[in-house]
Amino acid sequence: MAAEQLFDLTLILLLLGLAGAALHTRSLYTSIVLFIVFGLMLALTWARLGAVDLALAEAAIGAGLIGVMLLAALARSAADSTSQPARVPLSISLLLGVLVLALLIRAIQPLADSNSVLPALVDTHLDESGVSHPVTAVLLNFRAWDTLLELVVLLLALIGVRQLGSSGMALPPTWPLLRAWSRMLAPLTIIVGGYLLWRGSHAPGGAFQAGAVLAAGAVMLRLAGLLPAIRWSRWPVRALMLGGVATFALVAAGTHWMGDGWLNYPPGWSKQLILLIEITATLSIATSLTVLVIGENEHPAP
Amino acid sequence: MIELNTWLCWLSWPFLLAGLFFFLAGTVGLLRFPDAYSRLHAVTKADTLGLGLLVVGLSLRSDSWQSVAQMLLVWLLIMASGATACQLLARYQRDADRVDAKTIQEQPSDGR
Repeated sequence: MAAEQLFDLTLILLLLGLAGAALHTRSLYTSIVLFIVFGLMLALTWARLGAVDLALAEAAIGAGLIGVMLLAALARSAADSTSQPARVPLSISLLLGVLVLALLIRAIQPLADSNSVLPALVDTHLDESGVSHPVTAVLLNFRAWDTLLELVVLLLALIGVRQLGSSGMALPPTWPLLRAWSRMLAPLTIIVGGYLLWRGSHAPGGAFQAGAVLAAGAVMLRLAGLLPAIRWSRWPVRALMLGGVATFALVAAGTHWMGDGWLNYPPGWSKQLILLIEITATLSIATSLTVLVIGENEHPAP
Repeated sequence: MIELNTWLCWLSWPFLLAGLFFFLAGTVGLLRFPDAYSRLHAVTKADTLGLGLLVVGLSLRSDSWQSVAQMLLVWLLIMASGATACQLLARYQRDADRVDAKTIQEQPSDGR
C-alpha cells in the first residue's frame, strides 16, 4: 500500500514539475521534449486511475503524434524562434489559472462522492448496446453523436492544415538498416492495430488507438521511403479519409429515416453497425493522422 | 512447490538489482558523458541489458508462461528498435560532425 502511494506521489510531483518546466524553459526544443515526457507520464497516470482507453490514446496521440507534429512545426519555423513572445503579466495568468482551477474542481466534485448514476445506467443498458466494453458502448452507441462530431473535427483540422499549404517536411535520404527494420515492423503495426480495433468491443481499445498505431506504422514506412507519397489528389486516399465520417453519417441518416431516430440502432444490428463504423473510422483516422504528421511530400532522395 | 517458488523469488533479486543498476548507470551516463556517441552507448546498455535483466528477474517471479513469453517479446522488440534508433542517431551525429569539420577547415581560407 505504502509503495503504491509513494509511486503515485512521485507521479504527481513529476507531472507538476514537467508541466512547469515545459512552460518555463528558454528553448522551444526543450519545451517540446518536456511536453512529450509529460504526455507519457500523463498516460501512466491514466493507467494508474484505471482508464486504460485514455492511457492508450494519450500515449499514442498526446505524446507520440503531437510530439512529432510540434517538432516538425519547430523545424519549419526555425527562422522565427529567436523572437521571444510577449510575456503575459503574472497577475493575469494567475487569475486565469485560479479561474480554470475553480471550474475544474466544480466539475470533479461530483465524481469524488462516487454516487453518480451514470455507471449504473450504462451497466443496465450494456446488453442492448451490442458490445460488452462500457467505454465503447458509450462512445459508439449511447453517445455516438459525440464521436461522429469528433471525426468531423479531425477532418476539419486536416482540411485546415491543407489550406496552410505546407508541402510537408523534407525527408532525409533513407538508409538500409531503417528500411529493413521498417519492413519487419510494418506487419507488426497492422497486427497490433487490428487487435486493438477488435479488442475495442470487449476491452480497452478501439478506433482511435488502432488508427494511431496504424498511422505510426505508415509514417515509419514513409520515412523509410517504402511508401509512395500520400496525396489528396488520389481518390483512394480521399475515400479512406472521408470514409469514417461518411459511413457514420449514413448510418445516422439511415437510422433517422427508417429506424427509431438519429443514431438509434435497430435492435440486433448494433454489433454489426458499430463494427462497420469502427473499421471505417480506424482507416480514416490512420490516413488523416499520417497526412497530418508527414504531409503530402514528394519522394525522399534515394 | 512452495519451496521452489521461494527459491525462485530469492534468485530473482540479483537480476532485478543488476537491471536497476544498469538503468541508473545508463541515466548517469546520458547526463554526464561528453558527446553523443558515448551517451548513446550508455543509453543502449540500459535499454538492452538493463531491461533484459529486469525481464529475467520478473520471469523468475511470474506464474504463467504467457506473461514470460510476452515480456520476452517486448524485450526483443525494444532491443531491435533501440539498436536501429541508436544507429540512426549516431549516423546523423556523424553527418553533422563532418559538416562541422568541413566548415572549420574552410574557415581559415575564407578569413584570409
